[in-house]
Amino acid sequence: MKIAVLSGKGGAGKTFAAVNLACVALEACYVDCDVEEPNGHLFLKPLNVWTQRVSVMVPVFDVEKCTGCRVCVDFCRYNALALARGKVLHFKEACHSCGGCVLLCPAAAADYSTHEIGMIREGKSGGVRVLTGVLDAGEATGVPIIRELAGRMPKEEICVIDCPPGSACPVMESIKEADYCLLVAEPTAFGVHDLAMALELVRLFEKPAGALLNKCLPGENPARKLCMNTGLDILAEIPFDLETGRMISGGEAAVLKSPFLKAVFLGLLAKIKEEMQK
Amino acid sequence: MMVIIPLDAGRLDAHVFISFGRAPWFALFDTARNTLKFIENSAAQNQGGAGIKAAQAALDLGAQAVIAPRLGQNAADVLLAADVKVYEAWDGSVEENIALFTAGKLKTLTQVNPGIHGDGAS
Repeated sequence: MKIAVLSGKGGAGKTFAAVNLACVALEACYVDCDVEEPNGHLFLKPLNVWTQRVSVMVPVFDVEKCTGCRVCVDFCRYNALALARGKVLHFKEACHSCGGCVLLCPAAAADYSTHEIGMIREGKSGGVRVLTGVLDAGEATGVPIIRELAGRMPKEEICVIDCPPGSACPVMESIKEADYCLLVAEPTAFGVHDLAMALELVRLFEKPAGALLNKCLPGENPARKLCMNTGLDILAEIPFDLETGRMISGGEAAVLKSPFLKAVFLGLLAKIKEEMQK
Repeated sequence: MMVIIPLDAGRLDAHVFISFGRAPWFALFDTARNTLKFIENSAAQNQGGAGIKAAQAALDLGAQAVIAPRLGQNAADVLLAADVKVYEAWDGSVEENIALFTAGKLKTLTQVNPGIHGDGAS
């Protein structure tokens, strides 16, 4: 069972929820798809970590063979190619590695080459397998790393996918394989605005979903309002609490310290399992 | 000489546009014939690589000079590879900029901004 944890806005508590869900599951796989700033490993502290570099395909052009015919430039829908003074220019940050230019070149002047964009790390934290994607600084997109992570997720175990913030391509790639989406919501106008976008995405992908209301304060909660208005099930609520904040700042998995939070996350996991059986 | 200027509209009183790749319109000024044409920038709505596509369009229109307030690294790479001269625009109308350019009062643009401006969607 693959549970994707997303929120729209950053800082709502995705990593907090994903790490603690994986911890209460005991035997689980935690997958950090927030490749621009993966931080789940700070709480899980995996051991025996091995690393594998991730590369993408980029085209290279043989200037001797290139006739400047422009077939590749006109084909590239990502505008990653230009032709100046009969010479092809390639912009790797705009390139989506589709390979179209190599396939179409009538002069066979384009060929496949590789470019490293980051890495995958894997280690073990108790019963939790920790998979982490890391994008190199300055690279334009982490999507190929997320794809690589998706290919390594175990089929049987509980997989908790810690998604990147936002609701764009990297998030879509992260929830693609998920059986269930857990939306983490904080009670702020900004949080609710982005939560609505994340929810729209989850519904577009036709994924079963529920909400975890995080950092709840007494009084009105705009995140709860959104859940009621959109028919999104609220699976659990966590109060705003300084002690929880301290545990997070200290790099601790809260369920290992707080019996209350352990009960909350055990209940949350049980509810998700129940939802999945419906 | 063909000179390209990014604009917010396709009119004589149009203002120079802050972005080159995302400018809705281009002015195409022919210094030899003293004619001015307005062309819609098809790259403006592109999700990514608008600067590259707009610069390619400028080359295809035969541009030898560009007058812009600022330029991204990618657009600059394409233009400079074709030896297109880039001048820093005066914050004003297309007419004012053409007058200043003709009088030789525009400076070469020295500041280039980093490549893809990151739309998060790729």
